[in-house]
Amino acid sequence: MPNEIIVRVNGAPVSVPAGATVAVAMMMASQPCRTSVTGEPRSTLCGMGICFECRAIVNGIPHSRSCQLPCEPEMDVRTDE
Amino acid sequence: MNNGARQGFEIFVIGGGPAGIAAAACAAEAGAQVAIVDENLTLGGQIWRGGTAEADSSDASHWHSRLKTAGVVTLCGKRVFHQPEAGVLLAESADGLSHLRYRTLILATGARERFLPFPGWTLPNVAGAGGLQALVKSGLPIQCKQVVVAGTGPLLLAVASYLRKHGAEIVLICEQASWSKLARFGIALFGHAGKIGQSFQLAKELKGIPFAANSWPVIAHEAKAHEEKAQGNNAQGNRVLEAVTISRAGKPTTLKCDYLACGFHLVPNCELPILLGCRILNGYVQVNDFQETSVEKIFCAGEPTGIGGVDLALMEGQIAGLAAVGRRSEAQALFGKREKFRRFARILEETFRLRPELRNLPSDDTLVCRCEDVPLSRLREHSSWRAAKLHTRCGMGPCQGRICGPATEFLFQWNPDSIRPPVFPARVENLAAMPAQSQPRSVAPAELE
Amino acid sequence: MGKESYDVVIVGAGIVGAACADAFAGRGMRVAVVDRDVIGSGATAAGMGHIVVMDDSEAQFALTNYSQRLWQELHTELPDDVEYEQRGTIWVAADEEEMVEVRRKRDYYQQRGVAVEVLDATQLKEAEPNLRDGLCGGLLVPGDAVLYPPCAARFLMNRAQKRGARLRLGASVPEILEGRVRLSDGQEIVGDIVVNATGANAAELTPGIEIKKRKGHLVITDRYPGFLRHQLVELGYLKSAHSVARDSVAFNVQPRRTGQILIGSSRQYGAEHKEVDQIMLAKMLRRAQEYMPALGCMSALRVWTGFRAATPDKLPLIGPCPERKSLFLATGHEGLGITTSLGTARILADQVTGARREIPVEPYLPSRTIADHVHA
Repeated sequence: MPNEIIVRVNGAPVSVPAGATVAVAMMMASQPCRTSVTGEPRSTLCGMGICFECRAIVNGIPHSRSCQLPCEPEMDVRTDE
Repeated sequence: MNNGARQGFEIFVIGGGPAGIAAAACAAEAGAQVAIVDENLTLGGQIWRGGTAEADSSDASHWHSRLKTAGVVTLCGKRVFHQPEAGVLLAESADGLSHLRYRTLILATGARERFLPFPGWTLPNVAGAGGLQALVKSGLPIQCKQVVVAGTGPLLLAVASYLRKHGAEIVLICEQASWSKLARFGIALFGHAGKIGQSFQLAKELKGIPFAANSWPVIAHEAKAHEEKAQGNNAQGNRVLEAVTISRAGKPTTLKCDYLACGFHLVPNCELPILLGCRILNGYVQVNDFQETSVEKIFCAGEPTGIGGVDLALMEGQIAGLAAVGRRSEAQALFGKREKFRRFARILEETFRLRPELRNLPSDDTLVCRCEDVPLSRLREHSSWRAAKLHTRCGMGPCQGRICGPATEFLFQWNPDSIRPPVFPARVENLAAMPAQSQPRSVAPAELE
Repeated sequence: MGKESYDVVIVGAGIVGAACADAFAGRGMRVAVVDRDVIGSGATAAGMGHIVVMDDSEAQFALTNYSQRLWQELHTELPDDVEYEQRGTIWVAADEEEMVEVRRKRDYYQQRGVAVEVLDATQLKEAEPNLRDGLCGGLLVPGDAVLYPPCAARFLMNRAQKRGARLRLGASVPEILEGRVRLSDGQEIVGDIVVNATGANAAELTPGIEIKKRKGHLVITDRYPGFLRHQLVELGYLKSAHSVARDSVAFNVQPRRTGQILIGSSRQYGAEHKEVDQIMLAKMLRRAQEYMPALGCMSALRVWTGFRAATPDKLPLIGPCPERKSLFLATGHEGLGITTSLGTARILADQVTGARREIPVEPYLPSRTIADHVHA
């Protein structure tokens, strides 16, 4: 079982500890999870799945709550609109 | 379309934190058929996050093992969002839908952090106190990062201690409560046996970390070098937190930091209880001595009945579990201990009550509703939560008012209005679950019975 | 408010009450508006905000067409938060029988000067790629629009207030008396005429008028920009809205400017409680997924219900109340309150001031003989 896995955040590869969530991967890549309705960058706030600030596009699925999603190798993660 | 698993149990416990685990274990030990449901992938809720792997307290290990031994069925990764008919709850998971049929329900839905708006609070790397801790528990490396911990409540200390253990440099803990309140809190702790031990332990862990009372965040600053690029295309990736200005006993101080962990104590998760018709008193679910709500066969334990921490939650969970299976005298035997912890809960509430100055933190253009980007100035035009919601759409986003609701309640003394399903966003196909009573059949428009 | 008296006292600050306030104030009359809740809190808050020309009857066509034009004339003055957009409606035909109906509608509208276009199956799919395959086509009505009703009501009310109208919210009106309304705190507001614009509850204030509640459900999703371009309505909707006795659902979806999708619609008789009715909700959502399967995976944020004010002949009551000298009615708009609010206000104000009416008002007069109750 590898200690690190690679996911792609906005196209760029990021190495994260195995078991880390997608929200963590995006933070490590300094990429916001989503863009707010007036264009602000947003990242995880509550960390427990209720604030919806951590929504990202994961493997094509929009509005995925990234703080509750464990990373998988080669996952495609993008900043949500 | 909705062939979700249909599962029936005598007792369903909703929420897998300490209260839920204790309730489920006690009920199952008494012989009942019990299932516990939680939306996370492992049990533990927030305070025991990470399940048995991260059981960093003996309480957690003890209760996890009792749960397992008692044969409680664990349903993780399922989020309850609706009650389509009496006796049934719908829960959504990543790949499906479950119909949970119950005779008795024990609600242990826990609490969440209260957030207050201030300029810059929406910047990336500004998170809740519990929020940042959750991120670190989810793998975020924090070694050598500078963190300011701010807000109010004992959670700040627990978080600071945890982060430091994982290598963070805690620049400052800013507690908005006054020194006199904290001193009274400290003295009150001596009346609570277990708490003294906990406090000494915590004090040891926090040795050397600067702590300021009468302090609160004023502005979270973003990295200046990139402000000019703010008009350009890819600037979003670089707009992060750089420093925080704190009001420290009246004087502003600016501290550089990588993260701001900021939360103002806890508010109860009453949404599901309200949806099920439970009466609410002063913002908490009203329960009798046996933790029964105003709805028959529905019990409630832990933070939704009053923010009291893990010890009270465990006590209430045990009482609810025993009462739910009719073991009322055994439940009664625990009333004394519970009362002690309830006293502690009342002290908590008094100590960490928000001071009025915090109402002046947001400026006119500070966003209050983060889902819909509604600034304070627009909210001020309205005189009730309902009017504000209708006309600005504050509270109509996916968080369903969980973040902006408590904030506006504090800022304007607005009372939130009624809860509607779903209590969490759910997939349309799952909302379309047909109640078991009726026979699903293809429906021609304009021709239903 | 004290003991001032007004030319017009309007009970109800929904879209119809607000439009009436605006119309009367715009003609220089002294107006007071009273509502027991906030602006636009009833069906105005609950409905879809679809501005649509309907052909259920000549009278319905006349009023919706007239009113839709008024919205088009007004739209440049509407503030951003009203979110007015001329999206157009597509009436969707699932089979050949419905295509016949499409062509009938096209002829009907064209003869009356409403721009329409028949879409075949290919054109329909181009216009709305997320509709399922196998549909036959539809009728596009490009002049139809969508907006966000509570803010539209607020705009109209604000404009009325700028012209001197007084607004009293949070004031329940237990009684309309002769030339005045009495609030629950005992205070009375005097008006030369009183207008009952209370929607689904109108019969409580004016016993004897035939207004029944017709419950509806709606669901709103998270943001999916670009998924839907027009308001889409199945032709079966007309059967649903037409029926006066049966519960029904129909495919009816609307794109909001935010990119959220509003999913409707349902109609129920005799359901007086506002709780979500799971059977109706399930049927409505299943119907929607039949037309647009991708809706199934979308995140639904909220479900709510509302009550339309329905009359036996499906036309609103606009005009003097029979046997009540100074009482006027502006209610009973069923699912067309938003659309016809501006037209309603105009023809009501025309009646009161004796101005020339732009469309015949006889079909909407409360004094009309109700010749037959239509049973589906």
